[in-house]
Amino acid sequence: MFISNLEIMTGKKVIKHLGLVQGSSVRAKHAGKDIMAGIKNMFGGELKAYTELLHESREEATSRMIEQAESIGANAVLNVRYSTSSITAGAAEIYVYGTAVILDNLGD
Amino acid sequence: MEQLLITIVLVALGYFFGRRAENKHIKSIIEREAVMNQLPAMAGRFPPQNGKYHQQLVSGSVVIANDYFKTFVAGLRNLFGGKITAYETLLDRARREAVLRMKQEAQSLGAELIFNVKYETSNISGQYNKRMPVIEVHAYGTALMEYSTK
Repeated sequence: MFISNLEIMTGKKVIKHLGLVQGSSVRAKHAGKDIMAGIKNMFGGELKAYTELLHESREEATSRMIEQAESIGANAVLNVRYSTSSITAGAAEIYVYGTAVILDNLGD
Repeated sequence: MEQLLITIVLVALGYFFGRRAENKHIKSIIEREAVMNQLPAMAGRFPPQNGKYHQQLVSGSVVIANDYFKTFVAGLRNLFGGKITAYETLLDRARREAVLRMKQEAQSLGAELIFNVKYETSNISGQYNKRMPVIEVHAYGTALMEYSTK
């Protein structure tokens, strides 16, 4: 599965457009981590626990999008966009969407 | 009275540790940027169509928090309006760090260029300290790699 946020795949032709595919994931933080982050907050700096959490969340959303694209027979997703929104205090939603397409000569 | 004392202690701690951490971070960003400049990231949407490259999505993200002192100063600043330098440097650091992480991922794949770089900034303040800004910056783009490096 090829994923790209460009509209074209270099050196390959789009045979068929299959429409929009998407994936999303909502994650809340572990309360313990939240408290640790709160302490860290006093001094500023990076909150590694949150960085990891959002990274995992983004990977999950992406894998859901890929699943959907595979189920409709696509072999690439182009023009991928991410969006993040905090729904409530302590939880964030990651949403990823793109256009599923079929590309030719993916063998090389 | 106790409340005031706690605030003063927090502001003082934020001032000393926050400033030290920020200076260290900026220094490390500048160092790493000098190294990473060989891998240009650009906002162009149309990559070279000569069949030499294949592409893959790369991304980098960072969650960063302001220290107590800066939040306090920014709160005062809010009364009068005007430029809030405390937040400007925070966002600047976060963006540059996110791009550096994206470039690191691209470099580990053997990329030569990164196209169509997009930034995404969101406020994800937690359950505690709702007034403390916690900011996430996510940078993503398409890395172009030469076929021979595959």
